[in-house]
Amino acid sequence: MREPSMGIEPSEGKKGRSFIEEVQERSGENIRLCYQCLKCTAGCPTAPYMDFNPNAIVRMIQWGLKQEVLESKAIWLCVSCEACGTRCPNDIDIGLLMDTLREMSLDEGYQAREKGIVTLHNAFMESIRRGGRVHEATMMVEYKLRSGDYWTDLVSGVKLFMKGKFPLLPRRIKGMNSIREIYRKAQKKVDKGG
Amino acid sequence: MEGGDKYSYFPGCTSHSTAVEYDLSTKAVLKALGVELVEIEDWNCCGAAAVHSTNKLLSLCLPARNIAMAQKNDLELVVPCAGCFNMLKRSERVLKTDPDARREIESIVDFTYREDLKIRALIDIVVNGISFDRIEERVQKPLTGIKVACYYGCALVRHPKVTQLDEPENPQYLDTLMAALGATPVDWSFKTDCCGADLALTHGDVVVKLVNKVVGMAHEAGAQCLVCSCGLCQMNLEMRQDINTLGLPVFYFTELMGVAFGLKGNNWWAKHVINPSTLLVSLNLR
Repeated sequence: MREPSMGIEPSEGKKGRSFIEEVQERSGENIRLCYQCLKCTAGCPTAPYMDFNPNAIVRMIQWGLKQEVLESKAIWLCVSCEACGTRCPNDIDIGLLMDTLREMSLDEGYQAREKGIVTLHNAFMESIRRGGRVHEATMMVEYKLRSGDYWTDLVSGVKLFMKGKFPLLPRRIKGMNSIREIYRKAQKKVDKGG
Repeated sequence: MEGGDKYSYFPGCTSHSTAVEYDLSTKAVLKALGVELVEIEDWNCCGAAAVHSTNKLLSLCLPARNIAMAQKNDLELVVPCAGCFNMLKRSERVLKTDPDARREIESIVDFTYREDLKIRALIDIVVNGISFDRIEERVQKPLTGIKVACYYGCALVRHPKVTQLDEPENPQYLDTLMAALGATPVDWSFKTDCCGADLALTHGDVVVKLVNKVVGMAHEAGAQCLVCSCGLCQMNLEMRQDINTLGLPVFYFTELMGVAFGLKGNNWWAKHVINPSTLLVSLNLR
């Protein structure tokens, strides 16, 4: 990671400033208010597994480190539990902010460092698009085929199947036209990332 | 559109699969209390993490279609799953507070939003909508002697500006209900720590650690089981905990209501990864 300058606003120019402005506009959050109290990171269940802690992500946005932020593992390892946003003394909704960063990362074609998570999200979204509701069995097959991770959780999956918790046949809701219409209008790109 | 003995019901996708016992026990218990549920017509998936992580607009529109369907029933909408509840409330908040976004969502989903539709979590309805007198009156087999750790997780109580339910750092709804049923809720510090279910399929190693922290802490506090209100939490906490050293069954709160009400003939326990029958038999509750 390159050495940032000391000030909150980057001295090297327009590019950095536009990143924070873009993030603020898309998320509706005032990122400049953060004074690094670290409450977000202290309560984050997945921070120990991230490459940058949540407070560092906020600082990096202030510094204009767009590529580092949008290619970080951290944005994908966030589980949106909102311990951060609930506790932030400056009311920055960091959970929502992470959603914005993930969406920006996909929209702008950045390399997702957690490909498996993006693949799973895509399989889940496709499952809703096909039937209006998620159908776990076909969704899992799609995820397994796309990720190449065939064996993990196979035993658990069989257990759940034996307990009648994995119905095999997918069902469709009646209003599939409205679901397709919602997808068409809300989805800027048909296939993002993954 | 005031609360009463009839509510709109949003079951959510897991009601047909991994959380089927939550759906069954919800229906059985509310029926026993004389509360009628009217399933909303042709509901769709709330979108969950996959959608809000990748497409904000779609994550607001998918729940909005359910809101549109619920408006037809003209009843308060009750949502058992904490995850679905959170997504519906997120969409509701934007519809209520952001006029531009509201117009966009209304146009995409093709409906007109009505602010008087109330969206409530099932636990909220049980604790605040149905009087405790009625619940206590229905108890035939008090849950005496069972020590429960009430687990709220993340989506039910956070972000509080969205969920507007209970106290986000030390919620009490489940604890109060369990005490009313005769059980002993333990004091413990992990009741709102996230179990990490969103990462369960892609980062099992991380999630095993998170789950064992939660269940381990419940065990240390003296609990014999956990009680929750989310389809994802329940499955994750039972499947990913160390069964040899912990082995704590995880109930939906509605299942324990069913036990206390003395409801017979259910097959909920067979659906659990950790069968709670042994615990219930040892406490003479079955």
